[in-house]
Amino acid sequence: MEKELWKGNEAIAEAAIRAGCDCYFGYPITPQSEVPEYMSVHMPKHGRVFVQAESELAAINMVYGAGGSGMRAMTTSSSPGISLMQEGISYLIGSEIPAVIVNCMRGGPGLGTIQPGQSDYFQATRGGGNGDYRTVVLSPSNIQEAVDFIQEAFDIADQYRNPCMVVFDGLIGQMMEPIEWHDIPKRNLPSKDTWATTGRKGRAVHNTLNSLYMDPETCDKHNEHLAEKFAEMEKNEVRWEEVQCEDADLVIAAYGTPARIALTALDTLRAEGIKAGLFRPITVWPFPEKALRDLISQDHVKAVLDVEMSSTGQMIDDVRLAVEDRKPISYMGRAGGVIPTVEEIVEAAKKALKEVQ
Amino acid sequence: MKKEIIISGFGGQGGLAIGKNLAEAGMAEGLNVTWAPSYGPEMRGGTANCSVVLSDKPVGSPVFNHPTELIALNEPSLAKFESGVLSGGLVLVNSDVVTDKVSRSDLTAYYIPCSKIADEVGNPKVSNMVMLGAYVAATKVLKPETIEKMIEEMFTGAKAKFVPLNIEAFRRGMACVQ
Repeated sequence: MEKELWKGNEAIAEAAIRAGCDCYFGYPITPQSEVPEYMSVHMPKHGRVFVQAESELAAINMVYGAGGSGMRAMTTSSSPGISLMQEGISYLIGSEIPAVIVNCMRGGPGLGTIQPGQSDYFQATRGGGNGDYRTVVLSPSNIQEAVDFIQEAFDIADQYRNPCMVVFDGLIGQMMEPIEWHDIPKRNLPSKDTWATTGRKGRAVHNTLNSLYMDPETCDKHNEHLAEKFAEMEKNEVRWEEVQCEDADLVIAAYGTPARIALTALDTLRAEGIKAGLFRPITVWPFPEKALRDLISQDHVKAVLDVEMSSTGQMIDDVRLAVEDRKPISYMGRAGGVIPTVEEIVEAAKKALKEVQ
Repeated sequence: MKKEIIISGFGGQGGLAIGKNLAEAGMAEGLNVTWAPSYGPEMRGGTANCSVVLSDKPVGSPVFNHPTELIALNEPSLAKFESGVLSGGLVLVNSDVVTDKVSRSDLTAYYIPCSKIADEVGNPKVSNMVMLGAYVAATKVLKPETIEKMIEEMFTGAKAKFVPLNIEAFRRGMACVQ
């Protein structure tokens, strides 16, 4: 397969079209505006639906309507826009409507900055809407993964009748990298006929989608059913990558762009005789908790360094839940759109190791 | 082999396009490449830059503080990035726009009159091809044939008439360094 040079945002838009996205609803916001731009040109060519919504709130509710009628629906935005969609995401989950939601993250809080960020980790993995809910959250760290994950996200959403999120920082949306278009293994998906609101179509009653349950016992049962689905996702969908961890004294935990910067930092550290490795969660929910615990429980691991584009650290909470007090954890983070440098990660790695010697 | 290149200039000077051409050509030669643009306030009226990595190994970080080469198309770019260039590195300056000289003695500097050559070739728009030629000749990481083939593929149909012009500009840029 020949390699093609693609910009991240345009690549994920094309990937969605190839995955059979029927309807796209979006609203422009830097750094993801190339997605609706690409969709506005190419969705009509494929006979699909593109709507530039009047707001992010409208876009997510259009996704609700289209997804509810059995269409493959997607929206994309960046941090402040995704915040506006939180109510809609909660309703999608309550009504069990599949959809793909992409967050091309920028620095916050509030309007923050248009530069890359990762400070929506809590929102993506814990949920910013009301109620008990989870979504599978895939986090690519290069453009090949981004196009593969977008295509898979539609299947994951349909398999569980639940929205699936793909999150990456603005740099991955903006940069260009060679990719190959290859077929993503298709999942054996359930029919949508039993629930999609497509009219009676010969059925005795029409299908209804709703997230309102007036009777608490019924709502409790509904929550139990949703929790079973979340447990299935947790069992089936967790994925991660380990690089040079076999003999590592120090394990660097990072995802997205910081993970690839850490890869370069590993080269520097290894050249200086410092044994460092990278643990990269690919799903940030479900977080690869057991895998990280198994890794850091090995005798050779002396310390863990968490690196994020966040001032306080957010993924570090999941790292702590996995590591507990088995090994010391330190943190290196930049926020507000600043990308951590190779040099900063190298320095933080040396400091983390020095503290345990 | 790993080249980490910063190309910087005013929006519209073709700096981002030079970067894309380098990435395309690198990919055509089987290298691992990344192209990362600045997309902040600088692209909205000031200096725009991009970071390009060409490597025979998979690319980790697509951004860096210490480029192996700097292509400076305007004065603010030279002022901003010269200090970060790796010792022993290369600076290519568009001398029609930049009157300042490279101040560090540990760097190799070439001053390329991109705009003047582009005018001589017959179109001011090809000044970025002049600079691309200078980069290829100075670093020898990419084959000139790869770039010329890319130019042929870039301009097809009604635009095919621009091929000779761009190739001439590219060759004139190479000659500035040889």
